Amino acid sequence: MSDIADRVRKIVVEHLNVDAEKVTEKASFIDDLGADSLDQVELVMAFEEEFSVEIPDDAAESIQTFGDAVAFLTKAVG
Amino acid sequence: MFDLTGKRALVTGASGGIGSEIAKALTAAGARVALSGTRVPALEAVASEIGGDSPILPCNLSDLEAVDKLVPSAEAALGGLDILVNNAGMTRDNLFMRMKNEEWDDVIAVNLTAAFRISRSALRGMMKQRFGRIINISSVVGVVGNGGQANYAASKAGLIGMGKALAQEVASRNITVNAIAPGFIASAMTDELNDKQREAIFSTIPAARLGTAAEVAGCAVFLASDAAGYITGHTLDVNGGMVMV
Repeated sequence: MSDIADRVRKIVVEHLNVDAEKVTEKASFIDDLGADSLDQVELVMAFEEEFSVEIPDDAAESIQTFGDAVAFLTKAVG
Repeated sequence: MFDLTGKRALVTGASGGIGSEIAKALTAAGARVALSGTRVPALEAVASEIGGDSPILPCNLSDLEAVDKLVPSAEAALGGLDILVNNAGMTRDNLFMRMKNEEWDDVIAVNLTAAFRISRSALRGMMKQRFGRIINISSVVGVVGNGGQANYAASKAGLIGMGKALAQEVASRNITVNAIAPGFIASAMTDELNDKQREAIFSTIPAARLGTAAEVAGCAVFLASDAAGYITGHTLDVNGGMVMV
């Protein structure tokens, strides 16, 4: 697992208060990890801060799973 | 219980009668208050009167770019933001049939759109810190209407509806959003009323007097305090009994 994935997982685990094992590639924040729509906004805010990037609204909406987030941030940071 | 020590606040329209009194009352309760408005000398006068080391943040709320910079400058000056009082407001009265598009647009922009934008930018920090108090200064006119003030009434009713929607969204983050709806409050404008006009107004107010800005400011301190932590989406009527809803 990449460093980016580890940092994203840490944020998700802390914010949603879930076990790290549950945060898998396909895990949906809302359907699998118990997030509500406001949690999702907060996760995006936390990602922005952790990686010093700006995530536009349409991109934020497309980030539904842990894998989506890692893929987006890998591209944005790399 | 009403202590605001360590809290950081931003008041818009802080040079006006009600705004300056709110800034004064929040400071007296222990908060550090950033003062925003368009008239810098008047803001400086308020700052020296309340003597609370208040940053002055000039901002013309009809300039939307300036509006979007207001909260970031307040957060920079105060080290964060806990309490936001959207108090700034203007009137452009006219009969509905004669009301110009600009009269409508200007009032909605300053009274409602600026409050939306300022609240939105304040929420980021409030969500993160899991604490926030947003207080919108509405008006009795927003509750019952007033001939000649369709634009003003719409903006003040809009603040109440906007606040209720936002209150539902952010209640779980320990952020409350409430409104205060003052009735007739003594001001430079009401000082100019003659006895006959006063009598006519008082006949509609069970308390038979004008309210004071301090009586509005006290409600703002209450809503900002821990004592009001379970109140959200509410409108406090401060009108001497003129309207009871």
